[in-house]
Amino acid sequence: MLTDTPRQLTVIRDRSDKVFRGVIRAGGSTVLVIMVLVGSFLAFRASQALNKAGWSFFTEQAWEPDAGKFGIAAVIVGTILIATVAIVVTLPLSLGTALFITEYAPRKLRSFLVSIVDLMAAIPSVVFGLWGFFFLQQSIVPVSRWISQYFGWIPGLGVTGVDPTDPLATTTVYTSSTFIAGIVVGIMVTPIVTSIMREVFSQTPVGEREGALALGATRWAMIRNVVLPFGQGGIIGGTMLGLGRALGETIAVYMIISPVFFIQPNILQNGASSVAALIALRYGESTEMGLSALMAAGLALFTMTLIVNFGASIVVSRSRSGAAS
Amino acid sequence: MGISNEPKRTLGGIRVGDLLSILGAAVAAFSLTIVLTTQVAPITGGIAFFVLWYLLFVGFYALLVSIDDSKTFVIDRVVAVLVTSLGVLLFSILIFVIVFVIARGAEALPYLSFYTEDMGFAGPLDPISVGGVGHAIAGSLIQISIALAITIPLGIAAAVYLNEIPGRFSRFVRTIVEAMTALPSIVAGLFIFATAILMFGLPKSGLAASLAISVMMLPIMIRSADVVLRLVPQTLKEASIGLGASQWKTVWNVVLPTSRSGLTTSIILATARGIGETSPVLLTSGFTAELNVNPLESPMVSLPLAIFQFVKSPEPTMIARGFGTAAVLMLLVLTLFVIARIIGGMTPEKSSRARRRRAEFFGWFATITRKVTSPIRRRITNVEEPS
Repeated sequence: MLTDTPRQLTVIRDRSDKVFRGVIRAGGSTVLVIMVLVGSFLAFRASQALNKAGWSFFTEQAWEPDAGKFGIAAVIVGTILIATVAIVVTLPLSLGTALFITEYAPRKLRSFLVSIVDLMAAIPSVVFGLWGFFFLQQSIVPVSRWISQYFGWIPGLGVTGVDPTDPLATTTVYTSSTFIAGIVVGIMVTPIVTSIMREVFSQTPVGEREGALALGATRWAMIRNVVLPFGQGGIIGGTMLGLGRALGETIAVYMIISPVFFIQPNILQNGASSVAALIALRYGESTEMGLSALMAAGLALFTMTLIVNFGASIVVSRSRSGAAS
Repeated sequence: MGISNEPKRTLGGIRVGDLLSILGAAVAAFSLTIVLTTQVAPITGGIAFFVLWYLLFVGFYALLVSIDDSKTFVIDRVVAVLVTSLGVLLFSILIFVIVFVIARGAEALPYLSFYTEDMGFAGPLDPISVGGVGHAIAGSLIQISIALAITIPLGIAAAVYLNEIPGRFSRFVRTIVEAMTALPSIVAGLFIFATAILMFGLPKSGLAASLAISVMMLPIMIRSADVVLRLVPQTLKEASIGLGASQWKTVWNVVLPTSRSGLTTSIILATARGIGETSPVLLTSGFTAELNVNPLESPMVSLPLAIFQFVKSPEPTMIARGFGTAAVLMLLVLTLFVIARIIGGMTPEKSSRARRRRAEFFGWFATITRKVTSPIRRRITNVEEPS
């Protein structure tokens, strides 16, 4: 009997391979350097402002860096409120549309609808900003007014400085609000979220679908017991990715809101704030300290979107539908 | 053979009863809404009327279904109506956004000068036939070209690296790239503004804008290209290496051609993102009303930034110009997207299927020709052709 010892495998690479591996390694390293540079530069410049402001950076609402009085309490709360409104708009819309495309739409129409949704995801945000500023701004006022009139007792939905029962009261108090910005951002991110959810729903194993239907389930019972549990990861992950986009959105928000630097809890009322809009508003007139403070705000925003995005990818990869893909 | 004699049954489809109950519920809800809004509680506004009608419609429909069917079916039908209307709602909103923008910009679109001239001599009070956005179109194309010249080699090389040299370091690179896809575009702009412009003294220019767009596009492109390259079957690579090809030959002759359509799609989709993003450009390119084709100095405006500046003006003609520019930008994105779809649709199987179909067609053509010409040929050569 022959006893074979495991042989040592050596790879001899020729010159073209060495060059090739060197080039792609250089490409990967360059990308890494750029990305790390962006992150560390942000962190370095932000640290100057953070050192000066200390912990008050997270509690101060005003934004006067040159007076040494600045903090992100107002803008972060504003950003989160806008993103919350956006998610409330986008979740039912995208879930419904994704189910409509995969389960209810006529089979011939499906691939067309899929292309439309993917195309909509590529529409520039400035276009949505135009629509929000010139159309939604006016037409949403009666809705805002109605909500504040009947649900004003719920914290956050009230409006101060106007009597909602007075039909002749000025309507400007309802414009440029968190509510409107949130709706526009929500509609803007819906195609992306829909696209992710649809992708996951369409991967549901056919055998399980048919099994449920063969056992006598109605279409909704099949969806609730097979498609939704299977696509759970995609629903949560897709929504979180949409949330990440909504947090970082600049131009559509900047066009609509009228910025304020105090915590505005009333989402229907004029005046809102967001970190990205703050940067777009103040970058030009900034001094050294002002720029550093903006960097700190940008870093805070980046940290937030980073956590949301990583959370999303963890949720998706742990779910059943994500493990296969 | 008894099975084949049975008539084929249609599965699914819409029954007449279903249609009638939807129609009946719609009409009943409409009538009741009119009664409510005019007689009981005067509610004005189209949105309120529609919402009330819709709620009543769902209620009536549930009631109608519950006459014939059990609770399970009622829920099934109501959910079907809700899901369908959510889908229809989203599609109508999105189509409305596009139609609204094009309709408001329609005033500016018919003039040829709108696409060729710049705004150098056109003031806010000039009619819309004077001046145009030629400078913004040129600026957008120049900026995106520079950005692509930076991102395509870097991005594709990095994506190939992630797949070809796996290890701890490439895993680390992948994690960092994935993290950077979360970078808000305004922060990318702020980074270039603080480094290239303030630290290195680069003027606000097309080059600075391209750099900002590149920082934003690079992670998006690498991530999607990485996914595409991962889909190349391992067996193909092993076959190539097994035949004695080097790693470089394998990548060049097997991996890249196999994933060509996917790579092109990922490049084009990143381009569509880059060309439409306003916020990095807002901080870095500066603003000008004149045509500037030199990316190295003086401001250079692009389409999204031009839109943003036009609609700041209170003049109606300027706002119409802004909407017209938005329509041009959307057309540009749409063109890119359609190209991506066509290329992305061309999988290797599909193109080989098309080739086979072509071959079949030519084969059929050859048979026909032979049939037609064989009597003639026989007559000429006097030789019996084997049938």
